[in-house]
Amino acid sequence: MDWKRFGFIALIITVLFGAVVAVGQEQQRPLLIITSMLATTISVATPLTLGALSGVFCERSGVVNIGIEGMMLSSAFFGWFTAMYLSNIYDWALMPSIITGAIVAVLAGALMGLLLGWLSITFKVDQIIGGTVINILAVGLTGFLNRQLFFGKSSLFQGTVPSSPGVFSAAHFPINEIFSPLCGSGALCLEDVNAINRVFDQKPIALLAIALVFVAHYVLFKTRWGLRTRAVGEHPKAADTVGINVERMRYVNVLIGGMLAGLGGAYFTLESIPSFEPLMTNGRGFISLAAMIFGNWTPIGAWAAALVFGASQALQINMQLFRDSIPEQWAFLQQSYVVGLTPYILTMLILTGIIGKTTPPAADGTPYEK
Amino acid sequence: MTELVLEAKGITKQFPGVLASDNVCFDLRQGEIHALLGENGAGKSTLMNVLYGLHKADKGEIMVNGQLAAIQSPKDSIALGIGMVHQHFMLIPVFTVAENVMLGDETVKNGALDQKTVAARINEISHQYGLDVDPNALVGSLPVGIQQRVEIVKTLYRNANIVILDEPTAVLTPQEAEDLFRIMRDLTARGVSIIFITHKLKEVLAVADRITVMRAGKVINTVLPAETNEAQLANMMVGRQVILTVDKKDHPAKDPVLEVGDFCVHDSRGLEVVHRVSFTVHGGEVLGIAGVQGNGQTELSEALTGLRLASGGRVQMAGKDVTNQPPRVITATGLAHIPEDRQRHGLVMSYSIGDNMALCDYYRAPFSKNGMMQPKALDENARQLIQAFDVRTPSSFVNAGKLSGGNQQKVIVARELSRDVKLVIANQPTRGLDVGSIEYIHSEIIKMRDRGVGVLLISAELDEIMALSDRIAVMYRGNIVATVDAKKVSREQLGLWMAGAQTA
Repeated sequence: MDWKRFGFIALIITVLFGAVVAVGQEQQRPLLIITSMLATTISVATPLTLGALSGVFCERSGVVNIGIEGMMLSSAFFGWFTAMYLSNIYDWALMPSIITGAIVAVLAGALMGLLLGWLSITFKVDQIIGGTVINILAVGLTGFLNRQLFFGKSSLFQGTVPSSPGVFSAAHFPINEIFSPLCGSGALCLEDVNAINRVFDQKPIALLAIALVFVAHYVLFKTRWGLRTRAVGEHPKAADTVGINVERMRYVNVLIGGMLAGLGGAYFTLESIPSFEPLMTNGRGFISLAAMIFGNWTPIGAWAAALVFGASQALQINMQLFRDSIPEQWAFLQQSYVVGLTPYILTMLILTGIIGKTTPPAADGTPYEK
Repeated sequence: MTELVLEAKGITKQFPGVLASDNVCFDLRQGEIHALLGENGAGKSTLMNVLYGLHKADKGEIMVNGQLAAIQSPKDSIALGIGMVHQHFMLIPVFTVAENVMLGDETVKNGALDQKTVAARINEISHQYGLDVDPNALVGSLPVGIQQRVEIVKTLYRNANIVILDEPTAVLTPQEAEDLFRIMRDLTARGVSIIFITHKLKEVLAVADRITVMRAGKVINTVLPAETNEAQLANMMVGRQVILTVDKKDHPAKDPVLEVGDFCVHDSRGLEVVHRVSFTVHGGEVLGIAGVQGNGQTELSEALTGLRLASGGRVQMAGKDVTNQPPRVITATGLAHIPEDRQRHGLVMSYSIGDNMALCDYYRAPFSKNGMMQPKALDENARQLIQAFDVRTPSSFVNAGKLSGGNQQKVIVARELSRDVKLVIANQPTRGLDVGSIEYIHSEIIKMRDRGVGVLLISAELDEIMALSDRIAVMYRGNIVATVDAKKVSREQLGLWMAGAQTA
């Protein structure tokens, strides 16, 4: 990841934030708008970050993963279903059931990863086809199970959708407690500190995702495992001749990728909203791929790119609060679907390569034949 | 007698359709250079891949240091002290030298790679064996000669005492090859034993202690360099009498077919690599362009054939100005082009031999009529050429990518030389080919010359230039530093010009 790329990312985020501040400043102070945008950005970037990390591990080892979308969708379903089943049938409390749900989501992702590995490593199926299989399978499977389990008289819950146990609550960083005494009696100051605190009060999967970015960076670039992973993705034959088991390296990395995508899936139903809807990942898996490519197959770069997409979603959410302040000549922006296009337009823009070319691992997408 | 460090007994390996190794026996003594000589496909690489654990033999056993060794994978052979430098380097261009060297045998401190210790170890090895490499350099930025050193360091890093060098000189300039031979002698002086795989006769005689010749999966004989000569070795390799010298009659040169004046070319990075070069090729003569690789020959030939735009000067072919014309126009003017990189510029690897043989003329009759390809004409053309040019293939429908290097080159030669041409530009026409194919391609080039066609031969192999050329031009740093009559110049003199030591 070069500085030009990071600069471009910073620029776009600034523009997106600036747009909301420009529109909303009559109703709210800029700092409050910015902190609110930041908090949303970090939160909604979570599945994109995890999806992009999934891609980084798979593709660094030489397996193209366009099945991230499907991995996320199936994990979102199975994680949510597990949590609901445990809380409704066995009367488990909220936390145990959603934590178990999250674990099941990760395992579901691993299973999907195993399927991708089985197709593309063992059977050397074209990896694009393998990923497509996963995407189609996930849509069909989750849609079918969703209907069978919850709708119709003979279904598990006799045609009623039971109440969901809920979602993870945010962790609390004691920024307020530490800094508010410094404000004395200034009401504005207290408000600021409170707003800043809210940026840090993220939910567990969001925090875990950020930690995983740095763990992934360390693993890939500082450890033996990372060196070997990159080697099998660049020149598998070279790795083979020094005694590295190429297939095993690829399998394990694709499993790791599946688990990361699975955790990203858990975000949708266990951290964001307490329900499942068919197709709810809504292209986020593919946007993750764009983030991974724009981040040049590096964890930190991919995270930065995921934040751009997060910011564009935050723009959409925050713009609605201020829709009455949108000037007359920009009235079309009041339609939420217009602003809602930003992430997708950004994806296209970013993938055109206006900011220079990125280089995938040399053996990305090529099955290894001795 | 010195100790045997490696013994292969009765190694047999069957691949679908070929018996690649047929009851092969081979041994290696402590501290010797044992050359394994043979044509492409003779089974040298198969034998080595078995020794290194990349392939499993169907039959036979391997003894290392007198002990029976069960080599299942490269891991086992590395543990036994066997190292291999592959013909196509097993290096990762985006990794540093240190990362490449330690891969698979990493030093780890507190969970992280210990780059410092590895770099120190590499420096120590570099020092000890005279193998100068910078541990922190990116491998992709190093010249091939240095990359090869990295490969050798890689084997020594793993404490190899048996080193297999698979066609190590194929990618090297003559100077780099000399340097490699020095390193090989240094290594053996320190007790390392070397298996040196090659098909170049001169090198074998210059550097080997013993020579084993293989042909068609069998060992033909093991001889001492003092007791043999090039002709005998070539004979054993090919299985018939081989004419190593090219026989050509004198005849007067005709009108110029290629006139190049003040020709300038830039490379892909925008640097001028050919500076105002002028020369003429007459009908019925071979003009050889000698020079160490990377002195502008590639760009020169690309610009002459229309693959790259020239930035100045002019080119006349058969009296017609073809400066910066598209390849099709130049081809139609009467050019046959045997490109440097046969797999990238000479053939479409995923097309059949028949389609490849029609690449120059596919758009006109008889191959194409009213926009429709004519399979019959393509097939007939292919059959004729396969026979006339002795391409070894089961059928004309086989993909070009499936052929051996020699047969791929024959497909190109067949396509180019069977047309009615006035000029042949042949760039490294025999690189990486075996003796039999080299002999064949040389004779075809001379046939063209004798028919009155002009030939521009670009080659880094001095022997080839001297054997075929009527006149020789030497290229150094984008300039032609000398143009001489081939009969009146010595090898040494050419070598000096190639190294930029003198200008004529």
